[in-house]
Amino acid sequence: MSKLKLIIQREFIAKVRNKSFIVMTFLSPLIMVAMGTLVVFLMNKNEESVKEIVYVDNSGLFSKEDFKNTETIHYQDFTELGIDETKKKVETGNYYGALIIPKKDSLEFLAKSIEFYSTDSPGMSVMNTLENKIETKLRNKKLNYFGIDIAKIEASRIETDIKMFNFSGEESSKLINGLKIGIGAIAGYLLMMFVMIYGTSVMRSVIEEKTSRIIEIIVSSVKPFQLMLGKIIGNASAGLLQFFIWGIILFVITTVASSVFGVDMVEMQTSRLPAEQLEAAKQAAGADKMQVIIQEILRLPLLKLFVLFIFYFLGGFMLYSSLFAAVGAAVDNETDTQQFMLPIMLPLILGVYVGFATVINDPHGSIAVLFSHIPFTSPIVMLMRVPFGVSWTELAISMTLLVVTFVFMVWLAAKIYRVGILMYGKKPTYKDLYKWLKYKG
Amino acid sequence: MKNLLEVNNVVKKYGDFTALNDVSIHIPKGSVFGLLGPNGAGKTSLIRIINQITLADSGSVLLDGEALAPHHTAQIGYLPEERGLYKSMKVGEQALYLAQLKGLSKAEAKKRLKYWFDKFDIAAWWNKKIEELSKGMAQKVQFIVTVLHQPKLLIFDEPFSGFDPINAQLIAKEILQLRDEGATIIFSTHRMESVEEMCDEIALIDKSNKILDGKLDDIKRQFRTNTFQVGLSTANPKEVQAKLKERFEVAPADFKLLSNGLTLNVKLKKDSSANDLLSYLTNNGEVQHFVEIVPSANDIFIEAVNKNN
Repeated sequence: MSKLKLIIQREFIAKVRNKSFIVMTFLSPLIMVAMGTLVVFLMNKNEESVKEIVYVDNSGLFSKEDFKNTETIHYQDFTELGIDETKKKVETGNYYGALIIPKKDSLEFLAKSIEFYSTDSPGMSVMNTLENKIETKLRNKKLNYFGIDIAKIEASRIETDIKMFNFSGEESSKLINGLKIGIGAIAGYLLMMFVMIYGTSVMRSVIEEKTSRIIEIIVSSVKPFQLMLGKIIGNASAGLLQFFIWGIILFVITTVASSVFGVDMVEMQTSRLPAEQLEAAKQAAGADKMQVIIQEILRLPLLKLFVLFIFYFLGGFMLYSSLFAAVGAAVDNETDTQQFMLPIMLPLILGVYVGFATVINDPHGSIAVLFSHIPFTSPIVMLMRVPFGVSWTELAISMTLLVVTFVFMVWLAAKIYRVGILMYGKKPTYKDLYKWLKYKG
Repeated sequence: MKNLLEVNNVVKKYGDFTALNDVSIHIPKGSVFGLLGPNGAGKTSLIRIINQITLADSGSVLLDGEALAPHHTAQIGYLPEERGLYKSMKVGEQALYLAQLKGLSKAEAKKRLKYWFDKFDIAAWWNKKIEELSKGMAQKVQFIVTVLHQPKLLIFDEPFSGFDPINAQLIAKEILQLRDEGATIIFSTHRMESVEEMCDEIALIDKSNKILDGKLDDIKRQFRTNTFQVGLSTANPKEVQAKLKERFEVAPADFKLLSNGLTLNVKLKKDSSANDLLSYLTNNGEVQHFVEIVPSANDIFIEAVNKNN
């Protein structure tokens, strides 16, 4: 037992002292935050540049009121210049583009005949804005034509919001459904990444021992099974440590960010709203929304999710890393691992796909339930389902299956590992691996 | 003398291939035992079984009278032919780790490592990584790690490979001293001159079978050819040589005398003794050289293996 402890200790220290571990642990959250900030910054920057759009309205339907300047788009009326002059001017001048509205007899025909000329192809958001503008205008015209009072139409608008409850009386909402999907997906994806990164790390460590030939000295002191187990547990501990550090960093960053920029964030949100809606009442609603989100997050079974993440991470990691260890033992160098890696990666990736494809639409559908019980996919799929509430019976079955399977897989992998670590030269085939399973001691 | 290690009728198969076929060897306490054999004969398989790296399919291995059990790993030190240490781990940490795996406490391991590092004059390497050391330097560290836990049984597989002659001599001296202090040593090598120097007993394994074992002196007697190198100053060498041929088997010799006399390799026949040869020679000239050709370990190895084929 104390030998196992020694091995775990060495593997853990070797992993944690590694430069790439330190960089990954402390730098990647910072890089993520930096990238997020950069994206937001660039988006803002992009919108800051004002686009000059000119229009020629031969239909006479539109007025200056319809083409009000916004923060990002300024409009100029070139109707008097005529179509050809306008086009020339826009082509040579510093304009974003020219909107040409011809004169047509019917509104339907007009709707299909409007043209936009620009040097570079225009952005989607600009086109959407223009189309919306024109559509609203033409619709209003049409409503007028039918003799319908627009004010009445506006007044008749009713916003429906079905409030959802479960039978324990908790209120839920579409918003929280989105959150559940998000949190489940992040947990599942994170788990897959951890299993892959730390699984390959176990494999590399096995290959290193094999190629450096220290393996023969180690196994003359300890049983190969102990060595394999120590390696797996050591790497799992390093993985958990990294996970905890990320958690702490994330917590610190969000706390600091929300306390320092908290007010700014609300302002930033509201300032993006269209000018018409910039009213004090709406601002209050925006702030309310933030509060609601936080409340909703807090209402999720976070502790349960956290504990289950740790459990499924450990279970899934034990299961997969024992396979990675067996592959590492079977080959002499990393390039030979390819053919054995695919069957290991496949169920992991399948888990993520099944999770995204089924859990989001129907978290308790038969496929989602099935895959959250199959041990090779259950860590990922079950984690995605957990935010939607999974009964303890189901969890117990899934967890038991996972434990039973990983014990069996560790035992099986150890048999391959034991033989493989002392084999050099020829790259083994699957048939060889099967033969190794039957070797005695 | 009591045996420290007894290997009885060990069989080991890998699939259809038989690596060891009913091999038995007995290694007396306090001896240096040469485990010899061509490449792929089964030596490494046997060594791995003794180290409990693999299990025998059948047969038994007794260490000090007890069947091999996990706790025996602390009483065995093994220096494999293919050396290796963790490349990116520091020398000191690595030695401590390996010593603790052999059951030493950290404090005890530190104390003993200090002794050996001082003895080999390598204390300055403690904080260096293995990848910074030369091959010979790493070998020294590996030797220390092998003997540090003062095992009863030491297994050295090609211990001198990678060492320059001076360091090889240093290691040989250490091995013999360990024997004098009571350790039993299994010594596997292809360098037959070191077998002559160091081994008390040998076993020869070829094609999964033990084909020869026993005290080196006994085996040499067993393989003696009763051939003598003879050097003689005589007036008429041709006549003497012709007469010798009548009573003995005579072959030309590959050495020279200072006096430029007759040199021959003479093999006794069944009915003759060394004294017969000597008295014949003294009667026919002045004997300047008379030595029995003792078969070397090398000769024995080649002859035994060839015979087995």
